[in-house]
Amino acid sequence: MKLLVAISQTPETTARIAFKDDGKAFDAAGVNFIMNPYDEWYALVRALELKEEVGGTVSVIHCGPAAHDVTIRKALAIGADDAYRVDIDPDSAYSVAQQIAAHAKSEGYAIIFTGKETIDYNGALVGGMIAGILDQPFISHASKMVTSGDKMIVTRDIEGGEEEIEVSTPFVLSASKGLAEQRIPNMRGIMSAKSKPLTVIEAIPSASLATYTSFSVPPPKSAVKLVDPSDMDELVRLLHEEAKAI
Amino acid sequence: MSGHKSVKTDQYQGHDYFNVDELLSQDHLLARDAVRDWVKQEVSPIIEDYSNRSECPKHLFKGLAEIGAYGPSLPVEYGGGGMDEIAYGVIMQELERGDSGVRSMASVQGSLVMYPIFRYASEEIKKKYLPKLGSGEMIGCFGLTEPDHGSNPSGMVTKIVDDGDAYILNGAKMWITNSPVADLAVVWAKDEAGEIRGMVVESGWKGFSAPEIHGKWSLRASITGELVFEDVRVPKTHVFPDIKGLKGPLSCLSKARYGIAWGAIGAGLDCYDSALRYSLEREQFGRPIGGFQLTQKKLAEMITEITKAQLLAWRLGSLANVGKATPAQISMAKRNNVHMALEIAREARQIHGGMGITNEYPVMRHMMNLETVLTYEGTHDIHLLITGMDVTGLNAFS
Ligand SMILES: Cc1cc2nc3c(=O)[nH]c(=O)nc-3n(C[C@H](O)[C@H](O)[C@H](O)COP(=O)(O)OP(=O)(O)OC[C@H]3O[C@@H](n4cnc5c(N)ncnc54)[C@H](O)[C@@H]3O)c2cc1C
Repeated sequence: MKLLVAISQTPETTARIAFKDDGKAFDAAGVNFIMNPYDEWYALVRALELKEEVGGTVSVIHCGPAAHDVTIRKALAIGADDAYRVDIDPDSAYSVAQQIAAHAKSEGYAIIFTGKETIDYNGALVGGMIAGILDQPFISHASKMVTSGDKMIVTRDIEGGEEEIEVSTPFVLSASKGLAEQRIPNMRGIMSAKSKPLTVIEAIPSASLATYTSFSVPPPKSAVKLVDPSDMDELVRLLHEEAKAI
Repeated sequence: MSGHKSVKTDQYQGHDYFNVDELLSQDHLLARDAVRDWVKQEVSPIIEDYSNRSECPKHLFKGLAEIGAYGPSLPVEYGGGGMDEIAYGVIMQELERGDSGVRSMASVQGSLVMYPIFRYASEEIKKKYLPKLGSGEMIGCFGLTEPDHGSNPSGMVTKIVDDGDAYILNGAKMWITNSPVADLAVVWAKDEAGEIRGMVVESGWKGFSAPEIHGKWSLRASITGELVFEDVRVPKTHVFPDIKGLKGPLSCLSKARYGIAWGAIGAGLDCYDSALRYSLEREQFGRPIGGFQLTQKKLAEMITEITKAQLLAWRLGSLANVGKATPAQISMAKRNNVHMALEIAREARQIHGGMGITNEYPVMRHMMNLETVLTYEGTHDIHLLITGMDVTGLNAFS
């Protein structure tokens, strides 16, 4: 089975977030980047497991400049067979989806995996857009996938429960927690990643459909107020007058 | 995060004040981050508990093998990782960030057992042991120190006597990391000509025993023991053919000391990281204690010393990669970086106040561990004498 995993990189979860250019752009100075955890821990690992079950290949694709190669190398170290990097500094989910779809169109992947969202912009858009462009089914928020003959049974997280879907390849899937478990690359993997192919693809001309007006950080949380457990009146007063919750 | 034993989630974050990361390659960064993740997953949740009970987390021997922590800079065909010396360094740094005892488990296996076998044993012995040591199927230990000969190993009295196709080994070794759980020992003993020889001795052979040493307040998650040899028959094929004298064991120690020079930075970083976070969270007199000048002085000095140690280790690694790191340079880096980490642990302990003496925070454990690290692989003072002799040309040892 020929599998493709779209990987993205995001600021480390502990990074201090700041904006520049009057709040129009993210300030990446001093920020460390990691592979988006939904891509790494769930999408990539489930693809590798599927390859181990039924055979095939796992390719990864990333849209970004050469400075992002270390993230791609990590995916190869974890076990992907080869990698593609579309040489573009993407400015929106749509531009990423266009590039990945353009590559996938001629490759005939059985399943294209993405994470359910990136942990920075939380767009949750790329997978659906790829499916739209390729005219394939899209299954979002997949937390479980099992093979059943020539079909796949995919479990989706939905509000208050789960939904089970039977689907035939090709399709696009976005991975949420539970689909697989994180695999830490070992030194052998890191060394063998050096000799795995990483093909740089020239970007196709793509139109951006969105411009960002501004970003801002949430206001700092105010201090917690502790109320004496015996002083119910004070609690009610605070909830009514200050929190305006009742 | 696996398991629920952890007192707290490991919130550790690296610190890189002088952008030393830019001097590292992709391999180095990947290796470092992988071992950091592994430590957060496998070591942090259990280490306070094992250390508290003074028990070695033996299951980690296998995990260390899987991640590739044994002999990362040895060739792949001999069970190593085929990586460079800086990769080896950053791996040790991250392991010791978790615990010096866990780093010791890996240092001994890779640098003190696999390395001498790789460097000095016959092809047959290499083939027999190295792959199994690399995969963690066999655990090794390194017997140099004796009850009456620590800083002065050349005075050793453990000896071998020729007996046809074998040597008969007699004597005792002391303070041997991993010895009670080891399948084999690399042992240094004197032959009849009084020359120090190295050999591979299996723990199952008649006359071999390895009683555990109890009551350690330091390196409690690492198992330490004696080695006792009573007429152990060591086949001649197991004795390293071409290396004689103290330079045999010293070459292994250089390899391990190099790893400790990096490892200590990890322990120092963990203490600094914890102290920095605590100083911003803990409030006294109505403000975070990190806002007081005396706390800031401590934190400022810590990150300064860490930065110097990082640059020293990086330069040492660059020299080692081209085979140019001298034993004296390695000695200086080991001494400086371990001392730096121990001072930081003590200061970090103070910043944590009363909490600093508990296992809610890693600092007291690191501090106690580092007392061993300051002593083994050459004591702090012995390393001063090495530098002293190097710069004056005068021997102050004896
Ligand atoms: C937990 C642990 C694990 C260890 N693991 C191993 C192992 O796996 N294999 C192994 O072979 N060994 C191991 N060691 C032994 C370690 O290397 C020795 O403890 C160390 O070399 C010091 O020897 P000693 O303890 O006999 O101290 P001593 O040599 O007796 O030293 C005592 C003090 O005297 C000082 N001193 C000695 N000579 C001089 C001098 N000429 N001038 C000035 N000061 C001097 C020392 O600096 C020290 O402060 C381990 C030790 C510990 C604590």
